[in-house]
Formats: sequence, C-alpha cells, structure tokens
Amino acid sequence: MSEGKGAKPASPARAGGKAAPRLDVRKTYKLYIGGAFPRSESGRSYPVLGADGGLLALAAKASRKDLRDAVVAARGAVRGWSGATAYNRGQVLYRVAELMEGRSAQFAAEVAEAEGVRRAEAESLVAAAIDRWVWYAGWSDKVAQVAGAANPVAGPYFNFSVPEPTGVVAVLAPAQSSLLGLVSVLAPVIVTGNTAVVVASEDRPLPSVELAEVLATSDVPPGVVNMLTGSLHELAPVAAGHMDVNAIDLTGAPAADRPDLERAAAANLKRVFDGDEEWSDPPGTRRLLAGLEIKTVWHPVGI
Amino acid sequence: MASGKGKSGSRAGGPAGPPDRDAVLAAAAGIGPAAGLAWEYAPAPESRDVATIEPEYGLFVDGEFRPAASGRTFATVNPATEEVLSKVAEAGTADVEQAVAAARTAYEHVWRPMPGSERAKYLYRIARILQERSREFAVLESLDNGKPIRESRDVDIPLAAAHFFYYAGWADKLEHAGFGPEPRPIGVAGQVIPWNFPLLMAAWKLAPALAAGNTCVLKPAETTPLTALLLAQVCQQAGLPPGVVNVLTGAGETGAALVGHPGVDKIAFTGSTEVGKEIAVAAAGTGKKLTLELGGKAANIVFDDAPVEQAVEGIVNGIFFNQGHVCCAGSRLLVQESVADAVMDRLRRRLTTLRVGDPLDKNTDVGAINSRQQLEKIQDLTAAGEAEGAQRWSPPCRLPDKGYWFPPTLFTGVSQSHRIAREEIFGPVLSVLTFRTPDEAVAKANNTPYGLSAGIWTEKGSRILWMAQRMRAGVVWANTYNRFDPASPFGGYKESGFGREGGRHGLAAYLNV
Repeated sequence: MSEGKGAKPASPARAGGKAAPRLDVRKTYKLYIGGAFPRSESGRSYPVLGADGGLLALAAKASRKDLRDAVVAARGAVRGWSGATAYNRGQVLYRVAELMEGRSAQFAAEVAEAEGVRRAEAESLVAAAIDRWVWYAGWSDKVAQVAGAANPVAGPYFNFSVPEPTGVVAVLAPAQSSLLGLVSVLAPVIVTGNTAVVVASEDRPLPSVELAEVLATSDVPPGVVNMLTGSLHELAPVAAGHMDVNAIDLTGAPAADRPDLERAAAANLKRVFDGDEEWSDPPGTRRLLAGLEIKTVWHPVGI
Repeated sequence: MASGKGKSGSRAGGPAGPPDRDAVLAAAAGIGPAAGLAWEYAPAPESRDVATIEPEYGLFVDGEFRPAASGRTFATVNPATEEVLSKVAEAGTADVEQAVAAARTAYEHVWRPMPGSERAKYLYRIARILQERSREFAVLESLDNGKPIRESRDVDIPLAAAHFFYYAGWADKLEHAGFGPEPRPIGVAGQVIPWNFPLLMAAWKLAPALAAGNTCVLKPAETTPLTALLLAQVCQQAGLPPGVVNVLTGAGETGAALVGHPGVDKIAFTGSTEVGKEIAVAAAGTGKKLTLELGGKAANIVFDDAPVEQAVEGIVNGIFFNQGHVCCAGSRLLVQESVADAVMDRLRRRLTTLRVGDPLDKNTDVGAINSRQQLEKIQDLTAAGEAEGAQRWSPPCRLPDKGYWFPPTLFTGVSQSHRIAREEIFGPVLSVLTFRTPDEAVAKANNTPYGLSAGIWTEKGSRILWMAQRMRAGVVWANTYNRFDPASPFGGYKESGFGREGGRHGLAAYLNV
C-alpha cells in the first residue's frame, strides 16, 4: 500500500530488454454515506500529506450538504440498527474486527504514513484498534445489565429502567490518532444502537476511509456509520447545530472551538461529550454510557 | 361554565360550591344529575393554623437567614385568593456571591471530607423532620402553590421525605454504586427549581447532591418560595453544617446569576425548555456539569382493548393532577378511533365530578392556577386552540371570584399541527387526537421535540412492551400514569432535557463519573 499511492513517480522503465515495472493502480479516497462511496457533492478534494510532508493522496472534501445527507442516512438507519438484537450487533462489531485483522498490513501502512510512526508501532496501533472492536462488541448484550435496573418503588408496580441509544450521534474524531482514536470514539457509539456521522481527522483521514471500506464489506448496515473527510472547521458547526442530531462527541474539536460548538448544540439540547484520553489506555465505559438514554417503565402489579 | 368558554364563564361566590350546581349540571349537554354525579359535599377545609407564615423571610446563606444585600423584597401570594402571604428577600449578585462562597467553604472543609456515613445521618434527620412536620409543609405548599391539599398531603410532602430517606442511604455506599471505586463529588451545585412541585423539586435536587458530597445553592421559583425556606429551617433543626445548603429566593435574574457564577461547578435546572436552552448556552465552554429536566407534551395512548374506567382515571390523573402543572402531564390523549366516542363519553362524565376550588378543602380535585402569568398563558393557548378549529369543552363548574382559576378543559378535533398539540400548555387542558393502528400511535406520540413521558393503556402485554420500546420518552407509564418514586429514574429524551433524577442513575448527575 505504501508504494501504491502518493506522488512518488514510478521508477523509470529501464532500457535494455527488461519489462517496465508495473504502474500502480491508486485508490480514490471517497466519502462513505448511506453505505455508498460518493465523492463530495461539491466536487472538492484536498491534498493529504504524510508525516514527512509528501503527498499521500487526494481526499474528498465533504461539504455541509454532504454532512446533512449523512445525517439523513444515519437517521434512516436508526430504526433497523437500534431494533436489531444486542447479540446481532455484537456479532456485527466482532466481524468488523475480523475483517480489519485480514487487512491489518494495509492499515499499518496507512497509519505509519499518516502518523509518522515506525512500522512496528503502527502495527501495534492497528492491533489495539482491532482489539477495541472486540472489547466493544462484547458490551452489546451486557450494557443493559450494567446500566439498567429493576427499581424497588414503594407501591404495587413493576418498575424497570433500560438504556436505549440516543439516536444519531455526530462524532468529531481525534485529530492525531487516525485509526485507534477513531475506532475508540466510533465503536462505543454504535454498539448500543446509535448511528454515527463521523468527521474524520482532517490531516490524517486516509485510515478512516480504509475503515469505511471494511465497514462496507462487513455486516454493518448502510447508514449506521457515515464517514466524512474534509474541513473540521467547516463541518463541525453544521453537525453541532443540526436539529436532527441527538448528540455530539467533540473529542476532535480544538479547545478553542468547543464553546461555540456547545452553544450551537444547545439549539436542540444535544447531549455533548468529549474526552482527551490516552487511546492506548483501557477505555472503560464512559463513552459507552454517554450515548445512552435511560427509559423507565412502570406497570401495576395485580390480579 | 357550561359553555366551557374559559374566563367568560359564570362564577360563584366561593369555593364551597354553588347552590345551583344541580341546575348547572342539568344544563350540560347530554349530562345531567340523572347520572347520579351531582354530589354535594360539605366544605372540609384543612386548618391553615398548622402553618405559621412569617411576615418576611430572608435568604438562607451560611446557615442563617439574612436580608438581601440590596434590601429588596418581593411578595408571594396565595394564587387561590390573591392574598399576599409574605414578603421574601430578592437575591442579587452580591447574595449569589456570598452563597456560593459559603457553599464552597462548606464543601472544601466540612461536607466533602465528612465520612459518607455521617452525611447520611444528616439526610436521615432531614427526612424524619419532614415527616414530623408534614402537615405544616402540606398546608404551606397548598397556600403558596394553589395545589389541592389532598395532593400536597399525599404526594408532594411524603415523596420529598422519601427522597431524602432514599438518598441518605447512598451517601455511605457510593463506591458500590457502579461508578468506579472512588466516585468523587463535583463541588458546588447551583440548583434552580420550578413552582409546580416546590418542596418535592427541592428534595429531588438537594438529596442526591448532598448524598454524593456536594454542597448546594438552591433557587426556588419566584411564586413558590415558602416551603424551600421552611426546608432551610429544617436544615437548621437537623444541625446541618452552615453553608452546605443555601437558599436564594428571587426571580429569573437571580437564577441566571447563580448558573452564571464561575464558582458553581454543577448546574441542575428543572423548568421550561426555553430557559433550559438558555442555560445550556450560558454553560457552554465553562466546563460546568449540567442536567436539565425540561418540558413535555406527553402522549397518553388508549387502545381499543383498554379497560375504559381505568383508562379514564389515568387520563384524568394524567392531565388534571396538579392542575396540569406537570412537565410529564399526559397532555395529548391519543385514543384509538374505534373506541374514541365511548372513551370521550366516559371522560366527560368523569370530568363533571371533578371538584375545582379551595386548595385547602380536602375534597378538592383541581386547585388554583399558580400565577396570573401562567393563567394568561393557558388562556392564550386555549384561545389559539379554538381559533385553529378544535372543539372546546369544559364541565359545568363554578370558579371562585378571586384568584387564578381555569376549568378542566378538553379539545377534540385536534390535529397535530395545532398549537395545543405541539406546545406545552402546563395547565388543565387536554388535546384529544385519534389513531387507527399502533404504528400511527407511535408516529403521533413521537411527533414532538419533547420526550419526557408517555402513557399506554391496553390489556395486551406484548403490545405494552412493543409500544414502550418505541416511545422516545424517558418515563413510560403502562396502565397507570404520573407515578413517582425516589428509586425510579426520571428524565427526558430529546428537548425534554438530559440526565436523570431518582434512583442510582440520579447519583450520576452529582458525581464526577
């Protein structure tokens, strides 16, 4: 993969009888919306540079309209995904891990280029990202038992509380950790039945597209994850102010932008969360619980 | 009132019941005393002597009552009579400063370092004193708020005591509550509460905050400050260390100063969605923790197999409990088309038996509207209901001459676009819509930016659970309505706010988790 893209010219064909080396087929990095891979409706793209400053590829530069389209796709996917059994969602997430494992070399190459880390470290970051899917996959059918309750009310009522997904969650993915950070913010959102509109790291977007390709070929239903590459500054305010988004994760937003984004999020009282954790640390349940609502149901007991 | 045209209706001399009640009832279309509904009750007033109201109250700061720094006061009135009950200090920014400072000092030096088992005992003491002084609180609440004594006596005050009792028990068990091995309090909580359940909302706010180790500055509603001030006296009686609970009376400006104070680490607000959004904007970028319990427009859904008599009781309880001044009120009745006529007949008959009047009368079902401002809002929205083409009906009932009153009111022929189907009226006004299929009921119930509560009436268990799963609402009452308990989490989806009050989940709002 590392040879397969970028501005490095293919080696010139040597004279003297030997066949010219094959010219690579480069990948076009596109958006992922509603299970499809469109270019930006705006027709824009932007250059993505590696840690060494060299051109890696051109990525689609999503527009505000692309973000709104992604919200529509995400909203449309809520019913099916949140209505799937927890067992089913757990298996789907586990399958994402399976497919990533098969493409781990490719992910490692992407991460190494994006983050400027050595190959071995990139491999360990990819391994951690895969393991993170496995960790969250297992939560799907356990979170209700940890976050739910049977409540001993003082009366003849059966009363129980269950966690439910809040709906569509906008995720501003971490700027630095292009794959492990991305998985660490995305997986806890969707495992409980939310759907996501992700704004990937602006400067390091290519692993997110790679991940979108994995999601598209795993069993994640179209629209459950929508991945946008482009300008955070352009997209984040639209996500924060969108009236059909239920929650927003501001992790990837610069601290200076957060007050404005939180103000915009107040328009429909989005649940707002963030966090600057060390991505290699054990994730805990904080992000898992942040995308949940608690519903309490009462019914009389009697004959 | 037979015409059901709001304030233009006839009025009688007092809450004891008009002499010509039978005649009025007989005049009601299709409903008469033949139905055996026109019972006369002798007045049964609760004595107000049990509650002593002082002519003037100060702010409760750092364990003692003191006047506002500005010396300003405002009057609190009995909405049933418009009688001025007392004058109350109006807290300004200087008072907020002092109260937050007192709370900070108490937090750093007394309350946070105190073992949870000791905090628990203070809360148990408060719960016990509330029980011992319950009748006094009930009378005071009904006087200041206008709610029937039956409700303040049987619901508000016992539940307030129960909340303190419940959370007292958590204070020394926080490390076992599922929030990690060392859950930490947040700090100083600024808590702004509404006028519909004045003492109960104070208990909902204070009890979990104190149990978790926070200290509090509580701002009761402008129109209902008295029971919060009496609660401050209870804190004194319980020996609660100074500064742990502070009570600042005032209006919106006082609340804004409190939530905007940089020394406040946690904001808890119960009130309108409009103000909740303002608070969310004010808190943006400050790092303050925020929980909001806001408005609602709940659907109360009656299926064709529901037990009609029980459903009718649930509908009445859903919208006429506390004059409909309930954020989770079942203000939209969705009734399945095939039984709509039967349900509405029974509902109208039941409404003719509701007794509207003196809140201190033990037979009163529906009390006074809390304020002139709220009455005008209800009048405005009901006028819009008629103007938009819905049909209005109220039972024949006489309203007292003085005070703020509104008769129980039904609107039929309501469409989803009507203001009375979309906006929170916060009064005794029910908008009736119909549906044919469960899917349609779900779509209509969820067709609102609010998401606080919902009601489901059906005998079919699988349908209850199917519906409950689909309601985008934080509390679902099936074959019951408007039930509350300290062990039961309460709070909204969508624009009804976020965070939960009650139960283990209610602790999370006051811990750094």
